[in-house]
Amino acid sequence: MRARGLLGSPILWVGLLFAALLLRMEALQPLLHRAFPDIEPLIYNRDSFLALFLSQLTLVAVASLAASLVGVALAVFVTRPAGRDFRPMINALASVGQTFPPAAVLAIAVPMVGFGARPTVIALFLYSLLPIIENAVTGLEGVPHGAREAAEGMGLSAWQKFYQVDLPLAAPVILSGIRVSVTIAIGTATIGSTVGALTLGTPIFNGLVANKLPFVLEGAVLVGLFAIFTDMLFARLERWLRPPAG
Amino acid sequence: MIEIDQVSKSYGDRRIVDRLSLTVGAGELCVLLGSSGCGKSTTLRMINRLIPTDEGSIRLGGEDVASVSPEALRRRIGYAIQSIGLFPHWTVEDNISTVPRLLKWPEARVRDRVGELLELFRLDPRSYSGKYPHQLSGGEQQRVGVARALAADPELLLMDEPFAAIDPITRDALQAELARIHQTTGKTIVFVTHDIDEALRLATMIAIMDRGQIVQLGAPLDILEHPANDFVRAFVGRQGLGLKLWSVRKIADRLQPGETAEGEPLPLDASLGDALSAMTARHTDRIPVCDAEGHKVGVIALADLSR
Repeated sequence: MRARGLLGSPILWVGLLFAALLLRMEALQPLLHRAFPDIEPLIYNRDSFLALFLSQLTLVAVASLAASLVGVALAVFVTRPAGRDFRPMINALASVGQTFPPAAVLAIAVPMVGFGARPTVIALFLYSLLPIIENAVTGLEGVPHGAREAAEGMGLSAWQKFYQVDLPLAAPVILSGIRVSVTIAIGTATIGSTVGALTLGTPIFNGLVANKLPFVLEGAVLVGLFAIFTDMLFARLERWLRPPAG
Repeated sequence: MIEIDQVSKSYGDRRIVDRLSLTVGAGELCVLLGSSGCGKSTTLRMINRLIPTDEGSIRLGGEDVASVSPEALRRRIGYAIQSIGLFPHWTVEDNISTVPRLLKWPEARVRDRVGELLELFRLDPRSYSGKYPHQLSGGEQQRVGVARALAADPELLLMDEPFAAIDPITRDALQAELARIHQTTGKTIVFVTHDIDEALRLATMIAIMDRGQIVQLGAPLDILEHPANDFVRAFVGRQGLGLKLWSVRKIADRLQPGETAEGEPLPLDASLGDALSAMTARHTDRIPVCDAEGHKVGVIALADLSR
């Protein structure tokens, strides 16, 4: 029953396709040769795709984890009585982070922290913050008022109220904010390759510069599958977290 | 049991509760009755310190509530509210276990208590323990809500319009259940409502409130028969006053002892209204009355109702 459910779910097939292309891109050589007979080499070979993926995964994971921790913490703060006054300020700051194009963040960050992974992580972090804060605030404010009042009236401490009532009830909405921001971050991370970070965007920019369309295709397909697969994983997690009320 | 002594609360310039004093003895079901904004909910919520008092003191069993931490105090006081506030992500069993678990009761004792309470509210523990709140009807949810409030066997139960959002038929059943549970457990209850009929039905004492003060305090019958002023008279309603009186007065003191009549007997604690209703339905003017053991003790007659 369980196995059939897994076999029938697209998540397995997307995952397998992604893994296959990541490890065995050269299997597409004949196909690409037919489409681009004059280009040599057809498969990007300066780094392995697996290494590029792992590097990008690390960048996204570090930035998203930091943005999730900071974003949720800020959302918790502005939804407590003590922090309510800071809410407009936090919102404005997060919006600025969102409207600032990541390319511009990179341009500003490089002179300060140098080339490579660091400016990319900073740009991704800032860019991820808004959806996380917004969803977390919505989730925390959506906790039924009656449940909170009952919790207080029964003598739960502020902390117990938070982790037994607020957090579990807001979790699905918080998670969907993280899901959106991670998916966007996977796509956005590729521009980190312009400042020397290793990502699946590296073959894309390489191909654009050297006029080698197959490289662009290979990078783009892998990034796309990476994002779709991650999104599907989060969807699973969300379904698992959602309260039984459905 | 509870002594509220000269308590006041203001929001800005508005004095919501104004030097209010009230003493509720153990085992009483005291209804705070009044229209919205009269300060009845605020008074209730000052007892478990959800709202801090500006002045005055509240003592629970002789102990000033301000001398205990709010959390410890609230775990000793049951609290049921109109919006019920069951935790949607917890099962019925987990919801009812909330306070016993906060008090670190052993698991076995918690489980026994949940079963006991579900049975008290006539919810079959086997089918209800594992359900989630959204699988229950409104009436069942409030039963669980009140069960949760009673879980740790609190000294005092505070109820803030608990049945106001429930349909009339279910409300009627819940009121009957609360009356039964009050009788069997002997809990002290402070109950807030704006519904005069609910107050008459449940209360052992009624405090009618207006503009943050108690304008009259007394037994239900007392308030109907001797309203203290025009406000109370208007509140209890001149219209239908006779019917309200009949719904409060018991047939016990209108009984013709020793007589007998045909038909299904009424219990001694039935109201005059119940008797009239039964007479109308059965097309008779005499109905036998029995005591709690089912022995016929006399007859209630139509002419005696309006005596």
